[in-house]
Amino acid sequence: MALSGVEIFKHLPKTNCKKCGYPTCLAFAMKLAALQESTDKCPDLSEEAKKFLGAAAEPPIKGITLGPKGIKVGEETVLSRHEKKFVNPCPIALNIKDTEGADAIGKHIADVNSSEIDRVGQMLRVDLVCITDESGDPAKFAAVVKQVADGAPNAGLILNSSNPASIEAAIGHCADKKPLVYGANAENLDAMVKIAKEKKVALGIYAKGLDALSDLSEKAKGMGITDIVLDSGARTAKEMVEEYTMIRRAALKKSFKPLGFPVISFVGRDDSTLEAAVASIGIMKYASIIVVNSIEKWKTLALLTLRQNIYTDPQVPMQVEQKIYKIGDANENSPLLITTNFSLTYFIVRGEIENSKVPCWLAIMNVEGLSVLTAWAAGKFVAGSISNFIKDSEASKLVAKKELILPGYVSVLSGSLEDKLGDGWKVVVGPREANQLPAFLKGRA
Amino acid sequence: MPFVIPKDTYAGKVNALTFGSGDKAVTVGGENGLPFLSFECSIPNRPLIAIEIQDVAPSDWPDTVRKAYDGVSESPAKWARFCQDSLGAKIVALRLAGTHPDRENRSAEDAVKTVTEVLSAIDVPLMILGSGHIEKDAQVLKAAAEAAKGRECILGKAQEENYKTIVTAAIANNHKLIAMSQLDVNLAKQLNILITQMGFNKDNIIMDPMSSALGYGIEYTYSVMERIRQAALVQNDPMMQTPLLCDIGPNVWKTKESAAPESELPEWGALTERGIVWESITASTMIMAGCNLLVMRHPKAIETVNKLVSELI
Ligand code: B12
Ligand code: SF4
Repeated sequence: MALSGVEIFKHLPKTNCKKCGYPTCLAFAMKLAALQESTDKCPDLSEEAKKFLGAAAEPPIKGITLGPKGIKVGEETVLSRHEKKFVNPCPIALNIKDTEGADAIGKHIADVNSSEIDRVGQMLRVDLVCITDESGDPAKFAAVVKQVADGAPNAGLILNSSNPASIEAAIGHCADKKPLVYGANAENLDAMVKIAKEKKVALGIYAKGLDALSDLSEKAKGMGITDIVLDSGARTAKEMVEEYTMIRRAALKKSFKPLGFPVISFVGRDDSTLEAAVASIGIMKYASIIVVNSIEKWKTLALLTLRQNIYTDPQVPMQVEQKIYKIGDANENSPLLITTNFSLTYFIVRGEIENSKVPCWLAIMNVEGLSVLTAWAAGKFVAGSISNFIKDSEASKLVAKKELILPGYVSVLSGSLEDKLGDGWKVVVGPREANQLPAFLKGRA
Repeated sequence: MPFVIPKDTYAGKVNALTFGSGDKAVTVGGENGLPFLSFECSIPNRPLIAIEIQDVAPSDWPDTVRKAYDGVSESPAKWARFCQDSLGAKIVALRLAGTHPDRENRSAEDAVKTVTEVLSAIDVPLMILGSGHIEKDAQVLKAAAEAAKGRECILGKAQEENYKTIVTAAIANNHKLIAMSQLDVNLAKQLNILITQMGFNKDNIIMDPMSSALGYGIEYTYSVMERIRQAALVQNDPMMQTPLLCDIGPNVWKTKESAAPESELPEWGALTERGIVWESITASTMIMAGCNLLVMRHPKAIETVNKLVSELI
């Protein structure tokens, strides 16, 4: 739990010596409470105070890094996204059984390797593979782990077995890739902890229900494990919502340390569309890692899109840089279009221009990430500001004919914009919807 | 350190709204806590789905969803009965899309005829939706409300610019009302206040916060709905306690994801499944934010969401 300035003040030397750069210890305490300063600025802090303040400054949900590409999970700070941005988007993991056979597994590997999609400028993909020990045979499990580690070198791995011998056999193939060893439980804890400590990897722990899970977590911590991932055994959507809400509330509101860790969620279903729907519940309701049984392209597109939506900053819409973008082989005879710097708007419009195969100049104006109509209604995408932007960006040097194509929804601006621009500029009203752009552009070419 | 279930207590409760007539009447809302947290609140009624039909053939729907209604969608009455008898619809939502001046510009009399035919084809409750055209909706919904008297339909959508006529018609003919505002907590509350100031019982309102599709601003709707629900339950604001409606079909089925062929975008995968999952996940997102009543289109998406709700309850 975050400490108040007064609580922190109690632990400071109270000499007001100013060595920290602040006039009083209290002023410094306030800065610490606002997370704008760090304790090491005060040279006179007692060891005890350092320990106390250090523990209080720890994030209530621990951050853990997985995989060769360093995917961070955990470190969430709120229950609702309108309070503050959700921090670390939950990776999607494909579950593979070690009994599926080399060919089927080869196909899974290929699917993972080609899972990347570009969504409003972000590259999103299936980041993890979970290898499940179905065979009970350590040698077989290890061989499959090796096949996946070699075949999908960029993916992070989850080694899913409750048999320490299997983990022991497999981990040599991937210990340097920051895998998650999943499968510690009340019975095998000692052996699993030993491996995790030796190989310095995160440990996933399983116990049915939050009482048992808290006990197990305490024990693992007591044995020196710091990177823990929790599985409360929630498998139905109801259990997921209820238990993950309890876990997050306990960690954030009650500073309950045993549950202050990321959560792993297994949502496998035979019906792939239903699996997607259940996975969506995990994305919204606090799962940190989601393990699915299949990754058809249509399904990952939907899940990764939802994840992107839920994890956007509610205060700052996704934006692109203000400038004039060159699309295709645009030259001085190519049309010049304008729109706003809201990522969604930019990528939709850009996509349709690319579809048209007509090279264009696309002027993107900074309106703090608002859509065309929202920016217009907010007074940010209006004749005066557009005209200033076009002049400052020296658009007239790029095109021979001074002609600017305006989004159809703001056609009302065309007259006043032409006046403001002057200098022989002509304003052309484009179509309303971007999907009409290809026909419009081809019609003019 | 023993684990103690961190329970929240809620001051308020969502109104329960019953509509339809006879033994097929249904109820939504009534919960006194945030969505699906039944360890700390009671959820007497599950979220329901109304299946959308139209007064004109759905020529503007993409293939994936249009094909699901081949052979019935030429006739609204046939289509309605198919939804009730073959798809097990608990509610049918008739959108009078053809009354829009930019579409077939059908008249209020045409709409009355359609409403009457549909009502005689089904006994589950009916939701009557206008085309979204402010002035025309006022005319059309007034006439439709009279034609549907006695069936306790849900009528909508009343917006800030046209609510007066629609509210009057709903009062006179004993219907429930959808109050739609544009993605803003305060505007939503304001419209509820305006409507109740006309003497309309607030317990008969369902609020449409304006839904969006997955990938197209759904996070705005999600957060606006979460805030409306918190205002209702935590702050106990009576003007925010109406149940929530999300009419997701039009937004979902106009996205590129629901219509672009796989040949054009191989990285997006199979088209049919893509449209269905797009509608399913848009719906699951809305119910997690507190939606009580969904309006949906594709039978497979509807089936998926019904299964999901059964798992959640
Ligand atoms: C989400 C949303 C918001 C979000 C902001 C999201 C954002 N980042 O912009 C929030 C909630 C913050 C918001 C606030 C407001 N909003 Co608002 N908002 C919307 C909403 C629902 C969707 C906007 C959106 O994301 N569209 C998607 C993008 C991709 O669309 P787009 O940029 O227009 O691009 C399309 C076309 O214009 C075209 N296009 C784009 N560029 C170009 C370029 C060329 C050359 C061509 C040819 C075509 C083209 O292609 C795109 C796809 O077809 C719309 C309603 C609606 N359904 O449109 C209202 C809407 C835009 N908002 C509106 C209003 C009034 C407001 C507010 C002033 C009032 C309020 N409710 O508080 C505030 C202003 C904000 C401020 N800072 O002051 C009005 C606009 C008024 C009008 N037209 O009369 C709308 C239309 C709602 C309404 N009917 O009342 N809003
Ligand atoms: S350096 Fe430490 S003791 Fe000195 S004023 Fe700052 S907080 Fe107080």
